[in-house]
Amino acid sequence: MKNFRAEVEGQRDYLLRYAALQLRDRAAAEDAVQETLVAALAGEKSFGGLSNLRTWLTGILKHKIIDAIRKGGRETHIESDEHLEALFDAAGHWKSFPAEWDNPDRSLEQKQFFAALEMCLEGLPEKTARAFLMREHMGLEADEICKELDVTPTHYWVLLYRARMALRKCLEMNWFSK
Amino acid sequence: MRLLNCKEATSLASQRLDRRLGLGERILLRLHLAVCDGCSRVARQFAFLRKAVRQLGKEER
Repeated sequence: MKNFRAEVEGQRDYLLRYAALQLRDRAAAEDAVQETLVAALAGEKSFGGLSNLRTWLTGILKHKIIDAIRKGGRETHIESDEHLEALFDAAGHWKSFPAEWDNPDRSLEQKQFFAALEMCLEGLPEKTARAFLMREHMGLEADEICKELDVTPTHYWVLLYRARMALRKCLEMNWFSK
Repeated sequence: MRLLNCKEATSLASQRLDRRLGLGERILLRLHLAVCDGCSRVARQFAFLRKAVRQLGKEER
């Protein structure tokens, strides 16, 4: 492909955004993307136009992101659960009943919604966000994430539960109630 | 067999997206969701979050 380099370069912004979301560190994200572009240009033959270029590049980037997470070391502290505790009374029932969201699918057509979602993701504790995004954005399997983050399945479920509860609360306050 | 409270029910609704629940868990969750509007909403919102996050970064800017 004659313009392969230009086409690969054209995906840089997309890849950077993908990596920054997952790594929460601009420099680490830029490194991961740079390595991805280098690997992609060296591996043009293995692309062979068989799949969508963005999909293929994202596949390479995922590996680079996981490498970066490994290099960054593993946090061992358990993040606090107080936000979750505050939602329920001692018997485990809602203190304040969750609201119905008005036509959430319509939000998916609004780019301000995605800005609100990103803001809510940024508000999550780091490990919680990382586990959640590895699952829901990168689409990795749970056992793979447990291995990479060195957590037990039980801890992983807690992280995902915590992330989902915090995100729904954040969107409810910052998007769906407006 | 003890019924689930809302905290346990929403936790299982979350886990349902990450692993296959056991038969007992599925029955308990279904019983709870059938009578609890709040937890049913949250379960739907969890599924919506998955859909939204998958689209994140792909939307037109």
